[in-house]
Amino acid sequence: MLEPVENSTLASLTARFGAAVIESGQDKGDLVAVVTRDSLHEIVAFLRDTSELDFNMLIDLCGVDYLPRKPRFEVVYQVHSLERNERLRLKVTVPEEDCRVATLSDLYPVADWLERECWDMFGVVFEGHPNLKRLLMYDSFVGHPLRKDYPINRRQPLIGPKN
Amino acid sequence: MALKPMLGGENWVTSRLDKVVGWARKYSVFPYPFVTACCGMEYMSLSSSHYDLDRFGMAFPRFTPRQADLLFVVGTISHKIAPVLRRVYDQMCEPKWVIAFGVCTCTGGFYDNYATVQGIDTIIPVDVYIPGCPPRPETVIQGMMLLQEKIARQKQEY
Repeated sequence: MLEPVENSTLASLTARFGAAVIESGQDKGDLVAVVTRDSLHEIVAFLRDTSELDFNMLIDLCGVDYLPRKPRFEVVYQVHSLERNERLRLKVTVPEEDCRVATLSDLYPVADWLERECWDMFGVVFEGHPNLKRLLMYDSFVGHPLRKDYPINRRQPLIGPKN
Repeated sequence: MALKPMLGGENWVTSRLDKVVGWARKYSVFPYPFVTACCGMEYMSLSSSHYDLDRFGMAFPRFTPRQADLLFVVGTISHKIAPVLRRVYDQMCEPKWVIAFGVCTCTGGFYDNYATVQGIDTIIPVDVYIPGCPPRPETVIQGMMLLQEKIARQKQEY
């Protein structure tokens, strides 16, 4: 649950995008905004390119698996303004049957690898990504190991005994 | 003393060639450190001056399998790196030995998961297992001394 907070960033975000910002507030002192999936790219571009906001760094991007909740997945973005020293967390929920989000690699080059990791571990497809292939596991690996329905011990050795 | 007149007054030492070669090999081990994880820090502190591996004739790490005869596998081996480890082992010349340094290398340790090889003996043969997380330097030195005994005692190929 997010606590309400007076903040100019969240205020300008809700003023500009209205219903696309589902929920906003603070969680243990961090600014959080839950946004709709379709408006994510537009919102991040707005946060990056508006001079008063100037969120010029994508710190991290990761997936969360909330099995058995529906919608099952969540992708969490941490953006940071180096000049204003402000951080904002954006959350997008992603259903399992339509597991895709728009890529941010055209806005932040670092998103390339972060999104590849998220695809590798959770199987979230980032539409428009220039090179969406596995980053941590090897190409012959089947499945997405950080999904909660992937058995933690299911090994797929390249050499050596199969278990 | 009785040999002296027969050998023309020279000094002779008689031994078995196996023993001599074993003794020589025992004190000229060239380790290849295959370092992947936190045990690497332990290996670095171990191979610096405080513990003085030069005492054992193991001071020179060689970073190519072609110049090494001891493969020192230090740290967690994931399934992704396993083929590389196997290739390094295959490229080493005989006679060669392997030490598994730390519990992750020996058994997979607490990484009972999809990514980690459950002990490198599933990939390559291992001579000495050094347990511990991390192994204390004394443990590693004991492991090295055990390996030296093994080298000295084994059937030598030349």
